[in-house]
Amino acid sequence: MARILRDYPAEVKLFAVLAAIFAGLSLAAPSFLTLTNLTALVNNSSVNVIWAVGLLVVLIAGGIDISFAVAASVVQYLCVYAFAAVGGGNWAIGFAFAIAFGTALGFVNAALIHYFRIITIVVTIATFNAFFGLLMFITSGRFIYDLPSWWTRRIILWERQAADGSWAEIILPVGVMVLCMIATWALIRHTTTGRQLYAFGDNPEGARRIGISPGAMTFIAFGWCGAMAGIAGLMQVNIVREVVPNALIGRELDVLAAVVLGGARLGGGRGSVTGCVLGVLLVAITQNGLNLLGVSPYAFKMVIGAIILIAISTSGVTLVRARRAGGAP
Amino acid sequence: MNAPQPSPAAAPPAIRLRNVSKTFGGVRALDGVDFEVAAGEVHCLAGENGCGKSTLIKIVTGVYAPEPGAGIALFGQDFPAVTPEAARRAGIAVIWQDLALFPEMSVAENIAVETLLGARPRLVRHGAFREVAGRALAALGVALDLEARLRTLPIAERQMVAIARALSHDARLIFMDEPTASLTQSETDRLLGVVRRLSADGVSVVFVSHRLAEVLEIANRVTVLRDGRLVGVFPAAGLTQSRLTELMTGKTFDKAVAATDRSAAPAVLEVKGLSRAGEFRDISFDIRAGEVVGLTGLIGAGRTELGHALFGMTRPDSGTIRLNGRTLALRSNRDAIAAGIAYVSEDRLSLGLIQPQSIADNTVITVLRRISGPHGLISPAARDATVAHWIGELAIKIGQPSDPVSTLSGGNQQRVVLAKWLATEPKLLILDSPTVGVDVGARAGIFRIVRDLAARGLAILMISDEVPEVYFNADRVLHMADGRIVGSWDPRRAALTEIEAAVYG
Repeated sequence: MARILRDYPAEVKLFAVLAAIFAGLSLAAPSFLTLTNLTALVNNSSVNVIWAVGLLVVLIAGGIDISFAVAASVVQYLCVYAFAAVGGGNWAIGFAFAIAFGTALGFVNAALIHYFRIITIVVTIATFNAFFGLLMFITSGRFIYDLPSWWTRRIILWERQAADGSWAEIILPVGVMVLCMIATWALIRHTTTGRQLYAFGDNPEGARRIGISPGAMTFIAFGWCGAMAGIAGLMQVNIVREVVPNALIGRELDVLAAVVLGGARLGGGRGSVTGCVLGVLLVAITQNGLNLLGVSPYAFKMVIGAIILIAISTSGVTLVRARRAGGAP
Repeated sequence: MNAPQPSPAAAPPAIRLRNVSKTFGGVRALDGVDFEVAAGEVHCLAGENGCGKSTLIKIVTGVYAPEPGAGIALFGQDFPAVTPEAARRAGIAVIWQDLALFPEMSVAENIAVETLLGARPRLVRHGAFREVAGRALAALGVALDLEARLRTLPIAERQMVAIARALSHDARLIFMDEPTASLTQSETDRLLGVVRRLSADGVSVVFVSHRLAEVLEIANRVTVLRDGRLVGVFPAAGLTQSRLTELMTGKTFDKAVAATDRSAAPAVLEVKGLSRAGEFRDISFDIRAGEVVGLTGLIGAGRTELGHALFGMTRPDSGTIRLNGRTLALRSNRDAIAAGIAYVSEDRLSLGLIQPQSIADNTVITVLRRISGPHGLISPAARDATVAHWIGELAIKIGQPSDPVSTLSGGNQQRVVLAKWLATEPKLLILDSPTVGVDVGARAGIFRIVRDLAARGLAILMISDEVPEVYFNADRVLHMADGRIVGSWDPRRAALTEIEAAVYG
């Protein structure tokens, strides 16, 4: 227990805050602690979690990516055309295409970072703009509703009727989210590649000296993030049943904030899937709670911003204290 | 104490280099150097910065290829061309000064990190990490929490992790680059103990250090390089520090006590009963105009903390600080600078200079207001004049004042730091460990500057954990232990060994 507290201070603190908010909302808003509300919360968070675990891998490797949400939109459009070209497709083809397109877009970032030695934030700001501009230009901002039926059909994994007659259900994207979480956890915790990613993010020069390839690390991290973005795009369509070019833009910052809130370090080497999920949930539950309490939606962003500031600055305070107590000579 | 000389006949030498040369852009970094390390030997590679030590290490480890005509044999096996991979497989490991560790990862992973390598991704067995790491630490006789994040460990234990990593892949020869630079005396002793243990187990250790005392204590033999040429190979037993310094620099340094009696001069700094909880207690001393007072003691004795309080960075709980007869109430280091106190920090590289900025900008950063015009804009003419004055005054070797500070050698960087503070025209100069990481030749230069500054009437407080440094260069030596001043000597009347016995106990 003491070890968890010491090695994962951000995650533990986040869990405590989440529990407190959860308890507070349960008392303040009667409709919060209902099965229907909680399952809706999880359903609505699934896309963000899928993005978050992808972004986590990039952050662990010492990079940053803000192009993934736009990349997901690009993947949606590419998929629409690709599915038409193969005569409609199915879920297997859908995942294969989404992952392939997403990975390819991630590789674009990786190539720019690795071969041209541009820092990651600059590259992904550029690709963020380039992807979005290209998308709007080529589609002329057109919405697409005419989608293959397998893609937009609601698949319910679990359901139960609550006492008030409303249906609580868990939909397909949640199952996919869990698979993405497990895959990412297995990658970063239990494969040599994953541990190399941590080492590379932690001390790139040290990693290079013992023979870890910087190029491979960059491509794996951004490729993974791209693949997750592709899957997230696929799932988003399954939820909203439409493809809209500017539907996802802007969500990258929410996800980034959630992942950092979850203990991933900007600068690399630290972060966990658990923290990531807790971070996304904290943002989602706060929004949901404010909504149920009847607070103006315009206040959401403000409250989220305040939470992030408090979380980041209190972790700074503990650091300073630890350093003082440690009595550096 | 010297480890017993291993018999060279027992095993082939760990390293045998013949006629190694290397040229970088017209500069002869190494010129026909021979180098040999016996199996199980502790060998020291000595020389000033830029003498070719690191080039030699990089040739042995395959980072650089030597020029044609060289012969390299590792453990009796000839290597026409060494690659980093081949060197590692032969059993050569380097522990760089920055250790190349991973602060966010566990001790076990840091030690066993090379088991993560390999062409094909595999599943990680965390138990195997602990096993490899535990075995390597046991071989060192060191106990560490294998699951602790590396960043939670003190620097001395990180060093042990780096050594354990080398052992974990069966290193038979370990290069250690300045391993003791940031260790306390007791940590250094522990490290030297580990080195002896390695040597007894048949592992060769090549030690690179600026601290000649420990070089002579630990090494069997010393290879001295100067300007890329081999000066010679000497048994450590027959060497003294001053002889080794001569060999390294090619110059003789008069090791005479520089102290003079300044008790007639007016007091610049008077400290009475200064205390700060947990740091220092009841400190009273004075420094007279033109006097250099050396403050020594072990790391953790409260020397740096006292320096910080004198510079207004922390507030003492009680006691008074008087400068030129005026009592100071320092609320910040800006007050201290305004009052005429300058402080050159211990960690000059990270705290003393803004590395990517120019020499000129670094020099004037403390006096920006003085060189600014009426509208608060910096006057280039005033800036250039100030910079030119101090570069000349301190004989700093630079290309252009607009070059980044990072392009300068360690000794010259130190001079820029001094220039920056001298530009404030201080009355009291506090120097905290001014020679950490500076080689022997440049040290002499720094002490010459210190004496020159004192001769102009500056009062100087020189903090150092190396007793000989303050003994030979200060007018008075104060000894601090557990936050108190426990001894005071006049170097002209006390022997070095007497002070060393008191300080190192």
